[in-house]
Amino acid sequence: MAQNPFPLGKDELLKAYRTMRTIREFEERLHVDFAKGDIPGFVHLYAGEEACATGIMMHLNDNDRIASTHRGHGHCIAKGVDVHAMMAEIYGRSTGACRGKGGSMHIADLSKGMMGANGILGAGAPLICGAALAAKVRGDRGVGITFVGDGASNQGTFLESLNLAAVWNLPVVFVVENNGYAESTAMEWAVSCDSYVDRATGFGMPGVTVDGTDFFAVYEAAGEIIRRARDGGGPALLECNMVRFYGHFEGDAQTYRAKGELEAIRASRDCLTILSERVIEAGVIGRDELQAIDREVNALIEDAVRAAKAAPLPVADDLLRDVYVSY
Amino acid sequence: MSRKISMKQAINEALDLEMRRDPTVIVMGEDIVGGTGAQGEDDAWGGVLGVTKGLYAKHGDRLMDTPLSESAYIGAAIGAAACGLRPVAELMFLDFMGVCFDQIFNQAAKFRYMFGGKAETPVVIRGMVGAGFRAAAQHSQMLTPLFTHIPGLKVVCPSNAYDAKGLLIQSIRDNDPVIFCEHKNLYGLECEVPAESYAIPFGEANVLRDGDDVTIVSYGLTVHRAMEAATALAKDGTEAEVIDLRTLSPIDWDTIVESVERTGRLVVVDEAHPRCNLATDIAAFVGQNAFGALKAGIQMVTAPHTPVPFAPSLEDLYVPSADSIASAVRRTLSPKGASPRIAA
Repeated sequence: MAQNPFPLGKDELLKAYRTMRTIREFEERLHVDFAKGDIPGFVHLYAGEEACATGIMMHLNDNDRIASTHRGHGHCIAKGVDVHAMMAEIYGRSTGACRGKGGSMHIADLSKGMMGANGILGAGAPLICGAALAAKVRGDRGVGITFVGDGASNQGTFLESLNLAAVWNLPVVFVVENNGYAESTAMEWAVSCDSYVDRATGFGMPGVTVDGTDFFAVYEAAGEIIRRARDGGGPALLECNMVRFYGHFEGDAQTYRAKGELEAIRASRDCLTILSERVIEAGVIGRDELQAIDREVNALIEDAVRAAKAAPLPVADDLLRDVYVSY
Repeated sequence: MSRKISMKQAINEALDLEMRRDPTVIVMGEDIVGGTGAQGEDDAWGGVLGVTKGLYAKHGDRLMDTPLSESAYIGAAIGAAACGLRPVAELMFLDFMGVCFDQIFNQAAKFRYMFGGKAETPVVIRGMVGAGFRAAAQHSQMLTPLFTHIPGLKVVCPSNAYDAKGLLIQSIRDNDPVIFCEHKNLYGLECEVPAESYAIPFGEANVLRDGDDVTIVSYGLTVHRAMEAATALAKDGTEAEVIDLRTLSPIDWDTIVESVERTGRLVVVDEAHPRCNLATDIAAFVGQNAFGALKAGIQMVTAPHTPVPFAPSLEDLYVPSADSIASAVRRTLSPKGASPRIAA
């Protein structure tokens, strides 16, 4: 076996691949099942963006908090939320992560430090400042990570939170998942600055831009700024340039994209292919080992869908439950 | 030991006692310490009206000044609550809710339900409400109906120092998000308040005056106007029962209905605008649940459907007065059907 040139050992590399593959299969399956009409409401898929969530979350433990977005499935899986509970939630079942009362846009598992996907764009940034403040008050070395897309990076909540985190010197990392589109509107048009690094500088914190389709680039950049935050060095911003394989939501015809754009990004910027080729070429992991993971992940997702479809629906009593802790 | 202190002092004392009792209680807001980062005195302000004055000397960095950035710090208070602290965030004037309402009604209020009962968000957001301070349209509103409309929020509005202390202590200990509404024209009002700690349970109205002829329900400043009206009416031989709601969500329906079933007449006084407020809510509830007991049409006395005016001559007409409450009571005493139509 060749010498490992990567910053992670083989087991960790396999874990990263498994996480990314799980997110991909989860989303591909939702794409198919949504089109069949099996899933209520609407879903926003993370396919294509797996390297970002995975490269960041590998530095975190259950004591670290994340605040996610409407496109949150990948963040949940990478943060360790149970895939069966997620699938059941998306199917609106009582066995779901939120007992069927949250749905795709509100999956949360506070025991895993996952403070919720969020249907309000940019809303997670103030919340994660609070999570980081709680960690700082307790002195438990926890960090908070909030994700926004390039679209929500223009929200006042996000910009105010950059300032607050800097003023209070909070252990927060603001991750901008720049997939080029705010729903259908181009980032190039809607974001006034040339670089998110400039924006970070304006708020008195370091900013880093990485190729978000390169797992290793994300992993290394995130590692450094998360360590810095954990050690009391304060907040930072990480921009991951990445690609979205599907529309803003399922059912989006994506007529705003250039001709051939989707085919091109799938062919050349698939983060899973990029990671696979790198580790295989380096001789660290065999293709058969990755294929074995693929088979296990397929079985896991298949089982999650089967279990979700068989699970009970919430009943009338559940409608009025849990509005308050006590009332 | 009991002594006379103002509502402002009572709120300060509640914060002090809870910070002593529980190290997870932190207090944040704009200028609640005052002068942070500046060259002058520490604790320069203690809040714009001095409500938190002196707490910094006792509790240090657990009192945190914030940038003028309501969405960020109210959201941070909510996030910290979801992660195990008990933050009390001062929003200065609750009119500023407009700047940060998403964090309150889409985030804090929904976490528990939306996450399947797995979240607790013990945050208190306190601030000033109400007119009569010559503070004009954006610093004088009684926005309580906006908050009572939202499932997941608890809403408190004390009318005196004793209640303010006990209700704020209960709010901090409560595990749901609480909007604590402090009428700025009651800050200076004194009453007997025990020095020790005590909590007043939510959902228990206070019957301030017994009477068998009519029930007057109110909260906040207008409770005092209702008491004035009741005193004036007693001279004419009409005995009004006056109920101070104290908490608007939850609300003490039982006390209201039991009283109306005895008196047969109801006047609801609300400093909020007339549409979809506490008065209409209570009138509808009584109409649905105690119709048979009513001897006359329910009367509502509210602020008009206008922004709060600045000119003192206008603002004095804006807040329900003792006279307007007494007139409303008299309308309930006139024969059924003889009431003139009252414009909203």
